[in-house]
Amino acid sequence: MISLTVNGQPLTVPPGTTVAAAVMRIQPAFRRSVTGESRGPLCGMGICMECRVTLNGHPHERSCQLLCAAGMEITTP
Amino acid sequence: MTRTLVIGGGPAGLAAAWAAAQSGQAVTLLDDNPALGGQIWRGHIPARYRRFLDPRITVQTGVQIHSASQLPPADRIILATGTRELFLPFPGWTLPHVLGAGGLQALVKGGLPIAGKRVVVAGSGPLLLAVAAYLRRRGAKILLVAEQAPYPRIAAFTRGLWRHPAKLLEAAQLGFGLRYRPDSWPLRADPGSVTLQGHGVLRCDYLACGFGLVVNTELPELLGCRVENGRVLTDPDQRTTVPHIYFAGAGSVDRSLLEGQIAGFGPARGRALHAARAAAVTFDRCIDIAFALRSELLSLTTPETIVCRCEDVPFSAIWPQRDWRSAKLQTRCGMGPCQGRICGPALAHLCGWPAASVRPPIFPTRLENLLDLRD
Repeated sequence: MISLTVNGQPLTVPPGTTVAAAVMRIQPAFRRSVTGESRGPLCGMGICMECRVTLNGHPHERSCQLLCAAGMEITTP
Repeated sequence: MTRTLVIGGGPAGLAAAWAAAQSGQAVTLLDDNPALGGQIWRGHIPARYRRFLDPRITVQTGVQIHSASQLPPADRIILATGTRELFLPFPGWTLPHVLGAGGLQALVKGGLPIAGKRVVVAGSGPLLLAVAAYLRRRGAKILLVAEQAPYPRIAAFTRGLWRHPAKLLEAAQLGFGLRYRPDSWPLRADPGSVTLQGHGVLRCDYLACGFGLVVNTELPELLGCRVENGRVLTDPDQRTTVPHIYFAGAGSVDRSLLEGQIAGFGPARGRALHAARAAAVTFDRCIDIAFALRSELLSLTTPETIVCRCEDVPFSAIWPQRDWRSAKLQTRCGMGPCQGRICGPALAHLCGWPAASVRPPIFPTRLENLLDLRD
């Protein structure tokens, strides 16, 4: 199992879990749109860019295309 | 030794890489996803296709290419860039509980727990049934599968399946016990619910919604391959209009596997598969006819509905625009991070606009990646 945090909240997920699937275990919304709407993943395949999160301090990471790794710190606005 | 570069590791790319390796070519296979198998298999390649993972193939997954200098030298390139879902904007489609049909399936395959969740699957095409069946196997409660195509077309298509016993059996197994309803489509989504044509309001945890598939033509276009009506033009040997570049896939799995092998083997050995491919292409045409989008869907998008999710552009802002270029300049529609990949096909459907031209980079990248190229 892999331990990480989503907005500071500890979470344990099985190996092979994508970052997007990990965030969705905690909350449906991932980002704020340019007019402030809550948005979550749409395409699940790295194209729509709706699942962007801040990963270990790097903003705009496509969470559906990344696998969880131990100690990851994921934050959403 | 011919050096072959395959881009895309779904069914077509895997088949192409295998066939090329079988014919003694030196093969490199690249994919931007974390695992091979494309969107349909996502790392879980069925046992009968695992032979495609020939150890002689050099595989790189999760790659981002910032410059041609990062690519291995190649005598020929086989593009197998696959498809994405077509999304039609309707009120509420931007809510977080509304996902693509393939999108929700991908997230569940990526570890999202779905057991006990109420899911409505809606839109169009054979993918809806496959997604609903998959989610149900994983414990989801599928409330309804809403297919926009009219009942007579679905009935005719199903009758035609008698000529394809394997596909009929598959459809029967997938659909058994599911509430599959033609003549229905999402009218609007609200937090925790969806309103469906003919079925009223359904409370649900997720609405999984897709209206068919769009070919990912960005990379072929960027490399100069001719694209018409959303498809990459190829000759019988899967060669594009650029002599050393081939294109394969972007249809059913059967067709993708055949096109991949034809591209991989090359003309001499590939010709033995032409008849089988013709049959697969015919079957895909039957699907296109059966699941063609009805005109009522054109009125789903209201003036307030956001069409460009990256820049939050409402449909009313699009109305005064003549074409893509003016929409981009005046409203920023299609100018956000997805670069029109979601709103482009939607507006092609709603307004009849042809897709805009493609410019590098085809995916957004960090400035530091571009700055590194100077060194």
